[in-house]
Amino acid sequence: MSDEYDNNKSYQAQSSEVLDGSAGSINPDMDYVRPAEIPEQDLYHAHSFIEKWIFCQDAKVIGVQYFLTAVFTGIVGLILSWLMRLQLGFPELAGFMTAEHYYQFVTMHGMIMVVYFLTALFLGGFGNYLIPLMVGARDMVFPYVNMLSFWMFFVAVAVLMASFFVPGGPTGAGWTLYPPQTILEGTPGSGTGILLMLISLSLFVIGFTMGGLNYMITILQARTRGMTLMRMPLTVWGIFTATVLAMLAFPALLVSAIMMTLDKVLQTSFFMPTILKAGEVLEYGGGSPILFQHLFWFFGHPEVYIVALPAFGIVSDLISVHARKNIFGYRMMVWAIVGIGGLSFFVWAHHMYVSGMNPWFGFFFATTTLIIAVPTAMKVYNWILTLWRGNIRINTVMLWCLGFIVTFVNGGITGIFLGNVSVDVPLSDTYFVVAHFHMVMGIAPLMVIMGAVYHWFPLVAGKMLSETLGKWHFWITFLGAYSIYFPMHYLGFIGVPRRYFEMYDSPYMTSTVGMNEFISVAAFIVGAAQFILVFNIIKTLKTGKKAEQNPWKANSLEWYTSTVPPEHGNFGERLPVVHRWPYDFSVPGAKDDFIPQTTAPSEVANTEVEKT
Amino acid sequence: MHAGIIFLLVIVGSILFHIFTPWYWTDIASNWGGMDSTITLTFWVGGGVFVAVCLFMVYCIFRYSHKEDRRAEYKPEDKKLEKILTWATTLGVCALLAPGLIIWNQYVNVPKNAIEVDVMAWQWGWQYRLPGADGKLGTTQVRNIADNNPFGINPDDPFGKDDIMIESDVINLENNRPVKILLRSVDVLHNWYVPQFRSKMDAVPGTVTFYWFEPNKVGEYEVLCAEYCGVGHYAMRGGVEVQDKADYEVWLSEQETFQQLSARYEKLNVDGNKLVKK
Repeated sequence: MSDEYDNNKSYQAQSSEVLDGSAGSINPDMDYVRPAEIPEQDLYHAHSFIEKWIFCQDAKVIGVQYFLTAVFTGIVGLILSWLMRLQLGFPELAGFMTAEHYYQFVTMHGMIMVVYFLTALFLGGFGNYLIPLMVGARDMVFPYVNMLSFWMFFVAVAVLMASFFVPGGPTGAGWTLYPPQTILEGTPGSGTGILLMLISLSLFVIGFTMGGLNYMITILQARTRGMTLMRMPLTVWGIFTATVLAMLAFPALLVSAIMMTLDKVLQTSFFMPTILKAGEVLEYGGGSPILFQHLFWFFGHPEVYIVALPAFGIVSDLISVHARKNIFGYRMMVWAIVGIGGLSFFVWAHHMYVSGMNPWFGFFFATTTLIIAVPTAMKVYNWILTLWRGNIRINTVMLWCLGFIVTFVNGGITGIFLGNVSVDVPLSDTYFVVAHFHMVMGIAPLMVIMGAVYHWFPLVAGKMLSETLGKWHFWITFLGAYSIYFPMHYLGFIGVPRRYFEMYDSPYMTSTVGMNEFISVAAFIVGAAQFILVFNIIKTLKTGKKAEQNPWKANSLEWYTSTVPPEHGNFGERLPVVHRWPYDFSVPGAKDDFIPQTTAPSEVANTEVEKT
Repeated sequence: MHAGIIFLLVIVGSILFHIFTPWYWTDIASNWGGMDSTITLTFWVGGGVFVAVCLFMVYCIFRYSHKEDRRAEYKPEDKKLEKILTWATTLGVCALLAPGLIIWNQYVNVPKNAIEVDVMAWQWGWQYRLPGADGKLGTTQVRNIADNNPFGINPDDPFGKDDIMIESDVINLENNRPVKILLRSVDVLHNWYVPQFRSKMDAVPGTVTFYWFEPNKVGEYEVLCAEYCGVGHYAMRGGVEVQDKADYEVWLSEQETFQQLSARYEKLNVDGNKLVKK
């Protein structure tokens, strides 16, 4: 059989669109894209409750499973942050809390929020739900592996949570797990706690690799006809690039977790130099604590972008839909995502300027770090230029997007302080750092998650969330979170170090007592406000207004499924055919202010479309 | 509309907070004023961008909020505008990076006349060692550490004999004389940090790290551990007393050398043996 492409044959296999007779000339709107060469394969449909809702192979159900599990860990992380703030703001009320407890809460809060909450939520949750729908596929390409991915994540979470109940409690080594203290007495949970943490992380990486391969291959191989890469929604671009980063970065975490486990269990010395403890020299020697930091941040910095890039992508789509305007500079946006992703592998040691590594590294990593500011700034400009001359709906979704812009720009600018090597010297290891990363990779992505929940809830559940409750939820969260983290930078200027169980009694630090109380109160309120969303969801599911199909008048494929919510297989009899990018809003000459991706040029002949 | 007003208030509030904040950096007491100026510069450039972006956003909220009868502009790209913004940003970034790198270059190049101070950290405390008359510190090893050799100085190293041992968490420094801090740890990571000196570096077990500064204000300062080092991290304090040359020399002459300390222990041992024999 030759490789020669046979128009007739494959065309019939794939679709039943009208063929205009002679071989070689087909639908004029689509004649530049080959139809699939093999017919579609059947999906494995569930036969029982367990197959439909528990060990399910439908990416949408897996997405919801990921989402709910991640939210559960997020609530645990939230409660831990309340306890920390209680200790910092009102130590007299936190008499039950020892320094051990405090450090355990700090550690678990950090690890849960970064890895088990944000990463799992963006890639496992939104990735699973949206990728097949947005690229026009019936499901992920390996549904069974996808199912395993979630259950591996579930076990990882179970192991992590189990560490709260073992003797000695969970590890209190800080989420960065820097050796040697991580596995030595003197750090809480240095026995079973740290082992469970390392095992849980390893399981997470294994499970995540299964999911990640699925996301990548589905995006590369299972896009529907006409869905070129440069017609993909930016959400898909963000998730795709983040997944590639994850595939390259997580192995470094896995390797360091394995090496540290060996150091702990078999007394190897990968990261352990000669150590004198309580007058005795331990059985270690020759290892390098800084090696661990390099490995950790080789994972840890791309990890920041594994969280940020899906957020960038999603927020671009939300802004465009609700401003009724094409995303400004789509190609620039795509290249910025890819560029930021690539550069993120060359900046890791900016977390280590004062770690004792060779100081000459500082010149290189400061330069690469500040270079990354350029594509990031371009993205910000393009978001606000998308608002410019738009027709902006100020609804709950848009509010979250605007909140994202404010917090992200704020956190991005403070990143320039910390990335600029000598400015980092006085600020590193102070509350300035805490404020910076919470603003830029805590609050900003959270704003996007919330916007995305309000945006896609009608698709997932078929009902509209309450706008009134949504606006209350937004304003309390945004104003509260901003008043937690904006003033916190100034504690860092004073020099207040992070990871202090008790604030210092130096004269310049006692001035922060009032500030700490204020921040704590704000944190209690913001945390509690999140239950408005829980209430909103429960209320909507019970009594909410039924959503029409495509309530936001969006263009991308997920809104054009055969049923709402979409069923297994997503698109009914025939897969959609894509004729344009998803951002044809307010096109001059068009009847409506949006043209779905599935609309052929011949159907809107009089429009002046610039990009397709 | 309400949304626009609230966002505007957030921006205005941020600027006012910055102007009127009672929480700002401590009075600097070292030569690293350049770090403070770079922070100020970054505040002007970065803060300017933040305010500009947010005000533009607020303008868009007021000017372009949804009207049924209006359509958004359709303009997928604007090559010229994108080019201008890219280059302007690049220029701004370079303007911030340059002073940052210049000061870093000073930070990693220690002046020749700096006095070396060996800062030894452990869970959870500090002690200090100064070079003796020969101006050189003796080499050390963790395994040598014992009651009669608290710094683990190699007994065979001739430079170590006259080293001055300060078995206290407070060290005195001479005003206006550069100090090279040599950091050591015998167990886990630590970081010897005085906010007023602006500078810091981790102490890493298994290696010696360094940084330098020149104290320029007489007074007493508190040392904080700035790298998480286990459950006693928050309580790991120390002190620095910056003195004028004359006071400093008096203090220095009262300190014990390694040789004196060894002798004292030998005597103790001899006495101890006598006691046992009796």
